[in-house]
Amino acid sequence: MSAAPEHAPTMAQATLAERIAPHMPVLLVPLLALAGFVAIMNPASWLTLTVSGLAMGMMIFLMASGLTLVFGLMDVINFGHGAFVSVGAFIGITVLTELGHMTATPSLMLNLGAVLLAVLGAMVATELRGGAFEKVIVAPVYGHHLKQILVTMGGLIVVEQLIIVLWGPEEIYFNRPEALKGAITFAGAAIEKFRLVAVVVGLVVFGLMRWVLRRTKIGLIVRAGVENGEMVEALGYRLKLVFVGVFIAGSALAGLGGVMWALYQEVITAHMGNHDMILIFIVVIIGGLGSVEGCFFGALLVGLMQNYIAFIEPKAALISNIALMVTILMWRPMGMIPVVKAK
Amino acid sequence: MSDALPTQAPTDPILQLEGVCTNIAQYHILQGVDLVVPRGALTMLLGRNGVGKTTTMRTIIGHWRAHQGRILFDGEDITKLPTPAIAQPGVGFVPEDMGIFSDLTVEENMVLAAASGPINSARLDWIFTAFPPLKTFWKSDAGTLSGGQKQMLSIARAMVEERRLYLIDEPTKGLAPAIISTMAKALKDLKDQGSSVLLVEQNFAVARALGDSANVMDDGRMIWSGQMAELGGDAALQERLMGLSMEAH
Repeated sequence: MSAAPEHAPTMAQATLAERIAPHMPVLLVPLLALAGFVAIMNPASWLTLTVSGLAMGMMIFLMASGLTLVFGLMDVINFGHGAFVSVGAFIGITVLTELGHMTATPSLMLNLGAVLLAVLGAMVATELRGGAFEKVIVAPVYGHHLKQILVTMGGLIVVEQLIIVLWGPEEIYFNRPEALKGAITFAGAAIEKFRLVAVVVGLVVFGLMRWVLRRTKIGLIVRAGVENGEMVEALGYRLKLVFVGVFIAGSALAGLGGVMWALYQEVITAHMGNHDMILIFIVVIIGGLGSVEGCFFGALLVGLMQNYIAFIEPKAALISNIALMVTILMWRPMGMIPVVKAK
Repeated sequence: MSDALPTQAPTDPILQLEGVCTNIAQYHILQGVDLVVPRGALTMLLGRNGVGKTTTMRTIIGHWRAHQGRILFDGEDITKLPTPAIAQPGVGFVPEDMGIFSDLTVEENMVLAAASGPINSARLDWIFTAFPPLKTFWKSDAGTLSGGQKQMLSIARAMVEERRLYLIDEPTKGLAPAIISTMAKALKDLKDQGSSVLLVEQNFAVARALGDSANVMDDGRMIWSGQMAELGGDAALQERLMGLSMEAH
């Protein structure tokens, strides 16, 4: 038999629209910021709102990124994800309160050290709880969506009640560390310091996640597993172990998001995670289920949209994100960066 | 069946199926499959569409569970092992749907397939010689490849490390004749290296050219086992077992 003919492919020149299409989710963020600028017509207010929107988006990303991978990898709908946010917030704020001597001084290093310890505490706690949650609640219901919704919802309620038992039913108010209080003025706009911290943390986590997913073998296994788990197993990898790892890492990120969110709001309640789940689900859906990049850009869009609309027409703020989701799904029904499933 | 040839069972099989039954939902797909894959030879698994060839392959790799019977890989009972534990000791699997990770580049697909470490460069050269398009599109997303190129990648993934057994399910399905001959040449290379291969193939010309021994399935059972040359040379037997004759191909 003869071999196939020599392969010399010629590429057709892509049109401008074809070249832009893959980058549209990235471009949408500056486009929305531009639209906000035109609608607000006040550079100082716009800058404040934009930083605020980006900060909010980063925090939603932290909370949502684990959920999107868990869904993408094992097809698990985890309504209990919000519980990790709440647990993270309570543990983190408890640690921070214990470290009052570090947060009361205006030293930025001491303050950040305290926040770091609070974040570590929250992440370790949510990590442990994530591992237990996977084993006890999620593992028995693999492959059954309805059961997953019911049992993870139940898990969420149990955790919320446990928080009430441990910390009481009242909202807990607290102060941010001294150095993170207040705002800096830039180009006539007041920008809260903590929001800048949130933006930096979000960027660092996104960069790290991308690096892990693109540059490491574990990342390859996760990306391949989202697409075709059966084949990953046929190559000899124990996907179940990888999944448990992702579930635990996702829970820890939700915990981190919870601490950041708590510091942003300066109040925590047992129901805060549940409350945020609506935004988290919107972000996961518009990003494309299973896509970390989609989740990131989706979160930024939601954060910006919420802040601009709340400024322009406060009453419309609630529905603005639903409208954003509807619009994006009409444009791309599988989300902005859809993950191709081989099932 | 009276004309089955159990006496041909070799003394040193790499893979053995004994009375394997597999149910999918309420359907009894495999109803007692017996199969012997000799070491260092290319064994064909033949039969019409829907007789259970793919289910047999998926049961061996552990995607479906055998409800009855035994599967022995190199003497070890793997019937109840999870898929990764079956694949790890050295089974390369090329599924019927190719199982390409289209979101990953060709390179990433290959890196993932080399489960035990970095890709061996001599082996990679061999793969590039067999499948030149993989070199051309090394950095491209696998999803952008053509059907034939995806099939090349699927087989290359199995070949990237030396395996004790290759399970290859319909590698020429839906491919153009020129690509089919590339596939056949690569499979012949694999065979000439002394690899053990279990190959499902609908293209009888390819099967006849490559196969050492052959097994024919019908209705979830093995109805004939023997030498490929014997089946290839007997049009009446082909007609009776598979409803085809060589003239049709």
